[in-house]
Amino acid sequence: MEYVIEMLNIRKEFGTFVANDNITLQLKKGEIHALLGENGAGKSTLMNVLFGLYQPEGGEIRVRGEKVDISDPNVANDLGIGMVHQHFMLVENFSVTENIILGSEPTKYGVTNKKDAAKKVQALSEQYGLNVDPYAIIEDISVGMQQRVEILKTLYRGAEILIFDEPTASLTPQEITELIQIMKRLIAEGKSIILITHKLKEIMDVSDRVTVIRKGQGIGTVITSETNPQELASLMVGRQVEFKTVKSPASPKDNILSVKNLVVDDYRGVAKVKNLNLDVRAGEIVGIAGIDGNGQSELIEAITGLRKVKSGTISLHGKDITGLKPRKVTEAGVGHIPQDRHKHGLVLDFPIGHNISLQTYYKQPISKSGIIDYNKIDEKAKAIIEAYDVRTQGPHEPARALSGGNQQKAIIGREVDRNPELLIAALPTRGLDVGAIEFIHSRLIEQRDNGKAVLLISFELDEVMNVSDRIAVIHDGEIVDTVLPEETTEQELGLLMAGHAVRGSEHKEDQHVD
Amino acid sequence: MSTRATNILVPVISVILGLIVGAIIMLISGYNPIDGYAALWNGIFGDLYTIGETIRQITPYLLAGLAVAFAFRSGLFNIGVEGQLIVGWFAAAYVGVAVELPMIIHLPLAILAAAAAGALWGFVPGLLKAKFHVHEVIVTIMMNYIALHTTNALIKTVSGGGDRTESIFASASLRSEFLENLTEFSRLHYGIIIALVMVGVMWFILEKTTLGFELKAVGFNHNASQYAGMNVNKNIILAMVISGAFAGLGGAMEALGTFEYVSSKAGFTGIGFDGIAVALLGMNTPLGVIFGATLFGSLKYGALNMPNAAGIPLEIVEIVIAVIIFFVASGYIIRLFLLRAAKKKEAK
Repeated sequence: MEYVIEMLNIRKEFGTFVANDNITLQLKKGEIHALLGENGAGKSTLMNVLFGLYQPEGGEIRVRGEKVDISDPNVANDLGIGMVHQHFMLVENFSVTENIILGSEPTKYGVTNKKDAAKKVQALSEQYGLNVDPYAIIEDISVGMQQRVEILKTLYRGAEILIFDEPTASLTPQEITELIQIMKRLIAEGKSIILITHKLKEIMDVSDRVTVIRKGQGIGTVITSETNPQELASLMVGRQVEFKTVKSPASPKDNILSVKNLVVDDYRGVAKVKNLNLDVRAGEIVGIAGIDGNGQSELIEAITGLRKVKSGTISLHGKDITGLKPRKVTEAGVGHIPQDRHKHGLVLDFPIGHNISLQTYYKQPISKSGIIDYNKIDEKAKAIIEAYDVRTQGPHEPARALSGGNQQKAIIGREVDRNPELLIAALPTRGLDVGAIEFIHSRLIEQRDNGKAVLLISFELDEVMNVSDRIAVIHDGEIVDTVLPEETTEQELGLLMAGHAVRGSEHKEDQHVD
Repeated sequence: MSTRATNILVPVISVILGLIVGAIIMLISGYNPIDGYAALWNGIFGDLYTIGETIRQITPYLLAGLAVAFAFRSGLFNIGVEGQLIVGWFAAAYVGVAVELPMIIHLPLAILAAAAAGALWGFVPGLLKAKFHVHEVIVTIMMNYIALHTTNALIKTVSGGGDRTESIFASASLRSEFLENLTEFSRLHYGIIIALVMVGVMWFILEKTTLGFELKAVGFNHNASQYAGMNVNKNIILAMVISGAFAGLGGAMEALGTFEYVSSKAGFTGIGFDGIAVALLGMNTPLGVIFGATLFGSLKYGALNMPNAAGIPLEIVEIVIAVIIFFVASGYIIRLFLLRAAKKKEAK
């Protein structure tokens, strides 16, 4: 069997830290080879070794059977290795063609020859079914299109082997389907692909073989058709992972959160939440299912005091909290895991310890008459880091240096530790790997079992179905229906989220036609 | 190379490089660099008198540096330190001239007046930033001009058409017979103690209080601060007010210590603007500001000796001083260079 790339027993060290230990990856010609591992397992390091950004301390790399020394990315380019980065490297106000030729501009009489380049781009785009307009300006096209430009960039430079680094992280479900088509087309045209990801579903959908790495160690390579997501997850995490969240039935009690006829405008003054009603009781998890942009963010911001309420009321345990300042809402007993942890959840330049006290720094025992006792902040931080398994060097490490999963665990620790009557969790597992997701779900359920109310907002149907005790479907700023997870299906939820009233009126659309 | 060795080596190399390039400039212009630097040295440390005067010069730089650094730590760029310092200068001098009170009341009153005037000058851009999102750089620049010309007009009014006020009453003066005797009758005054106390105050606010915690949080990420229940607008205004108060105190140093009057000015004093460089040289930390202010104050004062003692024209002197400061500020470049050299060595 012919291998186009062989990375044999690769070892990469950073000081005393071993990022890659004895990893072997062999890519066959014409296959999609997935590289699977948790966040921080060493996937990117391995690919940066292949791309010439890092030099390995041990092992060897062979390209088409010949031993090579990839000393910098130009060598990788010459060997036909191209990388589609997770964060696109595009000049926003340049055209597609200009971005593609950037760095190796073809010239005619000393003037850049964009016309011929555009023709070549057009031809490549047609060959691989990419459908990219060579003259479009990058900032005007969608994220999915920008990614295709990145793909074209590697093809234009003659890449035979394409590395995709977490390509679906910022794509919509529709764009993901299209990307999978494109990858299959590339294979059909004789290219080979390495796909870096931690999403099992994609691997099962698209890859031929999977190489798994865990904490820097090469675990092995399996054939996709001979494995299943369960097995892959345990290989990746190193223990059994439960996909179906285990939980006992809920025993809801008093109403905790009660939202009545709520109307909230966005920053342009357009109503995003329209006459919304919602109850969350003690001892239950209510999941809000909906497509992004149907008023979820505005609803949470209104409850937590970050956004003005136009009309309607929000009450907590019978006490009106409408229009209170964020701190008053927090003190009334609301915990909030925000949907954007970098924008709202953390001060990234603060130590993680400071971040853990971000809601309590001004109160006893941390502060007395305006003076902070930083020893107390450290104590608190150490306790949370221990209890919530936050992997960090300690309370003084900047929050920015932690991985996404550990940042999120710190936020959850901070919010849950205050033992709020109502815990709002907005997209709590976005971008995290299966191990972290499992941990976070079990914490939400634990909170419910302690008799607290939990409001979960998620765009992932799996998550909503698995974790919630009741599901409220939001569409265009209204709760269109409330269903029980054991009585509904993904199809039904999908239709509700799209604004179709399903029950008993399935042909509503048709009836409207007359 | 250990980080500690680098940390010591970088400033040393920076200063040496600055001195070498400064020397080349003097050579090209036809002056003797050795004479020039000897004059600079003597101008800073020559005798007790010059040492006293150097410390006196450092005093307002300390406060201007603190003002800029404090705003920076809260995520604000206060270019208005110059204007805040000018109004502080005027306010202190006015209180010093207008009334005569027992010293225990008069002196603190004059100092507080300066701080309050500076705070007011900081409050306006803070308020506009918080309420209407007007960028503080634009407002503070304009407030500088307002400060300059308003105080000039007021000086004219107060002095009955003249271009300087009377000298302040002794009860409002920071003059120190003790420090004067110690330094062969330089103008060194008690202001340096106030400035050093303020360094401690800034450190205390930033590192020990909940206010400092909030100011730093807002400076780094106002979204997360708002989420955590901090009043972002209040913190922006407060940061500018405190920053302005530091700057106003810088003006009081000139009004109550060095000059004991205020005169109308044709242009800016430059102390406020130099405060930006002082703060940045000191990485916006209280201790760093002491370093930055010492460097600025010494060079600025010592340079005055170069035209007299070495016959180098003031223009060349200013270029040389600027070059030295430039190299100290570009410590980053030297750090990078050292790293590269270390890497090359390793590769071999």
